[in-house]
Amino acid sequence: MIWQEAALVASKDLRIEARARVAIGQILPFGLIVILLFAFALDPDRGVLARVAPGLFWVAVLLSMLLAVGRAFAIETHHAARDGLRLAGLDGASIFLGKAAAIALQLLLLEVVLGIGVIVLYGVDVHGWPIVLITALAATIGMAATGTLYGVLAAGLRVRETLLPLLMLPVLAPVMLGATRAFEDGLGGVPGDAWPWVAMLTLFAALYTAIGVLAFGALWEEGT
Amino acid sequence: MSLVVRLRSLVCLLGRFPALAGVDLDVAPGEIVLVTGPNGAGKTTLVRVLAGLLAPHSGEAEVRGHDLFTDRRAARRRTALVGHETYCYDDLTATENVRFFARAAGVRDDGPVRDALERVALGPAADVVHRGLSAGQRRRLALAVALVRDPELLLLDEPHAGLDATGRAVLDDAVRAAPGEGRTVVMVSHELQIARTLATREVRVDGGQVVPIEAAPAPGPTAAGESGR
Repeated sequence: MIWQEAALVASKDLRIEARARVAIGQILPFGLIVILLFAFALDPDRGVLARVAPGLFWVAVLLSMLLAVGRAFAIETHHAARDGLRLAGLDGASIFLGKAAAIALQLLLLEVVLGIGVIVLYGVDVHGWPIVLITALAATIGMAATGTLYGVLAAGLRVRETLLPLLMLPVLAPVMLGATRAFEDGLGGVPGDAWPWVAMLTLFAALYTAIGVLAFGALWEEGT
Repeated sequence: MSLVVRLRSLVCLLGRFPALAGVDLDVAPGEIVLVTGPNGAGKTTLVRVLAGLLAPHSGEAEVRGHDLFTDRRAARRRTALVGHETYCYDDLTATENVRFFARAAGVRDDGPVRDALERVALGPAADVVHRGLSAGQRRRLALAVALVRDPELLLLDEPHAGLDATGRAVLDDAVRAAPGEGRTVVMVSHELQIARTLATREVRVDGGQVVPIEAAPAPGPTAAGESGR
C-alpha cells in the first residue's frame, strides 16, 4: 500500500515536471551554467579543473538540487493542492517516499548531463565507472531524502526560498565531502579507497530516509 | 443509527482566537445540512475541521465514528471537500487530476473517473490542463474530484460561487442525489435562496457557536466571494 501510494505521488510529480518543463528548461540549464562558469574561471589551467572536477560537479548538483526541492513543494502551493493531498488521505510516509523518488530521478538525469559536461569541459578521464555510479546513486538518494524532509519544513514559511539553503547546505556537507572524495578515488582509478565514503553516503541516505518516513507525516500536517 | 458527524463543545483556535467556541452538532446519515451565518462566524473553520484539515483544540469531534483528534486520516478517507480552492494541479489535465485523487482513494479503473467528469459536464474538457479551464470549469472539476472518491460525507463551502447556470445545475443535482447515493452533505452557503431548496435542515453559526435559528437575527446581505473565517 505504502509503495503504491508513493508511486502515485512520484508519477504525479514527474508528470507535472514533464509538462511544466521546469527541470529541463530551468534547473538543468542552471547546473550547466554553474559548470561552465567554473570552466571559465579556472580555464587557464585545465590541470586544476580536472583535479577539482569532482567537487565542482557536486557543488553544481547541490545548487541545482535546491531548485528541484523548492519546485517539488511549490507545485503543492497553487490552488491549495497541499490540502488536496491531505484530504486524499495519503500516508505521510508515502508522500515523502514519492516526492523523494521524483526528486532523485530528476537529480540522476541532471547528474548524467552534468557528468557529460564535466568530462567534456574539464577533460576528466573516468577510470572507475562502477564506483562513480554507486556513489552517485547513494549521494542522490541521501540528497533527495534530506531535501524532501527539509523542503516540507520550509514549505509553509514565507521565507522558504532563503531559508531552505540555510537549513539544508550544512546538513548536506557530509554528502558533499563523501561524494567528492569517492569520485576522486573513482576517477583516479583507486576505487578501493572510495568504499568507506560510499558506506558513509549509504548510511546517510538510509538515516535520512528513515527519519523522513517517520517524521514527514507530522511535518506535512503541521506546516499549514 | 450511528451519526455521520458528532461534535460536542468543540473548540478550535486560530492562533489565540476561538474560531469555534463550543460547537455542538449532530448530523445523521442522508441529511443535507445547510450552515449559515455572517462572515467570520466560523463556518469555514467548521467545515475545515470536519474535513480533517484543521485540528480541533478541545471538546469531542467524530466523523463516522473516527475521532478528529486522534484519527483524522481515517476520517478524511470518508470525506470530500469542495472548498474555496480546487485542490488540483495546474499542469495536469482534468482527467489526470480526477484520476490521481481516484487512485489515492483506491479506485483502480478509469470508469468512475470518466463518469465523474461526465457528471459535472466536463467530458469535452477532459484533456484540458487545469490552468486552461475557466473558473466555473475548475469549480466543476473540484466537484468531480470530490465525487470520484465516493465520500460518505460531502462538505461544500460556498459551492455556488463562480458557477454558471450549467455548473449550478450540476451541483444542485449532485446535492439532491446525495442521500440516495449514501452521502450526507454539510454545506456552507451565503446563497440562501438556492441552498435552502436543497437542504433538509439549516444550522446557524454565529460567534463560533451553533445558535438557534429563531434566536438569530435574519441573515443580512453579505459580500459574495468574501471568505469566511
